[in-house]
Amino acid sequence: MYGSASTHDIPAKATTGLENEDPILLAEFEARIARGEKIEPTDWMPQLYRKQLTRMIEQHAHSEIIGSLPEGTWITRAPGFRRKMAQMAKVQDEVGHAQLLYSAAETLGKTREQMLSDLVNGKSKYSNVFNYPTPTWADSNVISWLIDAGAIVNQMANAKGSYGPYCRALDRICAEEAFHLKYGHDAVVHMATGTPVQRKMMQEALNRWWPAIMTFFGPSDKMSVHTEILMRWKVKMATNDACRQQFLDMYVPKIWEIGLTLPDANLRKNEDGVWEFTEPDWEDFKRVINGDGPCNAERIAVRRAAEENGAWVRRALLQPQARYVRPLA
Amino acid sequence: MNPTLDLLYRLADDQLILGHRNSEWNGLGPILEEDIAFSSMAQDKLGHALQLYTLLHELGEAEPDTVAFTRNAPQFHCCQLTELPIGEYDFSLIRHFLFDHAELLRFEALAGSSYEPLAQVARKVKGELKYHVLHANTWVKRLGSATEEAIGRMQAALEFTLPYALGIFETTDAEPDIIRSGLFIGEAELQARWEASIGKVLAQTALTLPDLRTLTPVGGGRRGQHTEYLQPLLDEMAEVFRLDPTADW
Repeated sequence: MYGSASTHDIPAKATTGLENEDPILLAEFEARIARGEKIEPTDWMPQLYRKQLTRMIEQHAHSEIIGSLPEGTWITRAPGFRRKMAQMAKVQDEVGHAQLLYSAAETLGKTREQMLSDLVNGKSKYSNVFNYPTPTWADSNVISWLIDAGAIVNQMANAKGSYGPYCRALDRICAEEAFHLKYGHDAVVHMATGTPVQRKMMQEALNRWWPAIMTFFGPSDKMSVHTEILMRWKVKMATNDACRQQFLDMYVPKIWEIGLTLPDANLRKNEDGVWEFTEPDWEDFKRVINGDGPCNAERIAVRRAAEENGAWVRRALLQPQARYVRPLA
Repeated sequence: MNPTLDLLYRLADDQLILGHRNSEWNGLGPILEEDIAFSSMAQDKLGHALQLYTLLHELGEAEPDTVAFTRNAPQFHCCQLTELPIGEYDFSLIRHFLFDHAELLRFEALAGSSYEPLAQVARKVKGELKYHVLHANTWVKRLGSATEEAIGRMQAALEFTLPYALGIFETTDAEPDIIRSGLFIGEAELQARWEASIGKVLAQTALTLPDLRTLTPVGGGRRGQHTEYLQPLLDEMAEVFRLDPTADW
């Protein structure tokens, strides 16, 4: 998990500020990207590039830690040793991804403390799907399989982007996500082919999550602005619509194959190979992403409590008189 | 109870319950690195519990999932220390420090157990516990010598937790047989080693170890007497498992 394209588009009113950049440096920068070179932290970059990447990596990091919460609540309730241990390891990976991503974002000049503070103060966003609840074990399985699957589509594309530290983090993250996908698929298959109680739970969870999954890649490209410059700079590597189509093409047949149905009567692949579907409710999406979803307040409250309760530990770590202890690694 | 079963249930239940508690730190740690560390230790402990329940299964007890997910609190033999809620980080860290020092010494001793299947498991487990103790020592030394605030919190957590930690060493009726048959060195010997071990680390901090002889150990866990916190933990753990006992999850 859990990065998605849904939150990092530039607001429509933002100015690019490109007229203030040195035209020669800008031309060299664009030429390097066109040649497929990676931009590294000490290299020159336009302000808009720095700002946009910081925002994107930061939001991806936030999505990892906030995203660990809905599945994390099922660690203590996972049925049986095998699932319990796997669920722990899976969620732990996501927190590890956050750690990697905050480090990548820090190379652009913003500290982890500042990013976490912006998160709990509502200044920065995270993937909107985590503002929805996971009332059953099956919901957690749907996230493990399909939200992670969506994230892989997105991150495999972004791993070919232009910013070196982010690409390297994404390469490592995608390798772990591939395991999560197998884990989630295995758990869903067990339920979908299990007892009547299990099958019902899984179908209901899928019905609940499908609308959110359809919004995972963000609004249609027709509604996005500035996509062109971000794609030229290889910040954004695939359009929202292209990612959504790829996801549907890869996973809808797999979902149908195990006997589950999807709650969209219009969902089908047309003769040109393009998936048709009922347009998601983007007004609802906007309402939820701006704070009015079923779990926004709860997610942020948990994060804020963790920050506040742990503040004494971080203060102690910064104490210069603290006895130096050899680190573990 | 048969001495081998008695010993194995205590060992396994401790690992399961503390592993479960440690996993509750997901999303709540004071820094991300601690969420990750507590999760690693939780996974290790679950793995240890599974190996020990598997030994029990080989001796004729039910399947590990059945034993772990369907018993009620009075049937558990964990010490009460393991079942207390995670509280704040100071308590969880001190519990981890006090418990894992005992656990490392315990499994080092069990590596020489006369019951060879247990000795084999112990030789593997003690290698992992070494890292749990290293983690605990690193943080106790660091926070136990940092700010006045941190030292105050750690000292208070230590004083609150010690009586429960002494409950780790509560014995059962099987104790004489356990020692005589060479299954294990016994709780009294383990406690003596533990006191020396934690004392050595605490001496490198600004924390004070109270005189343990003045404290009243909180026992009962080994005989199935538990705090009000264990049954809700077990209910939560079995919530999905019990939805459909015939299912393969």
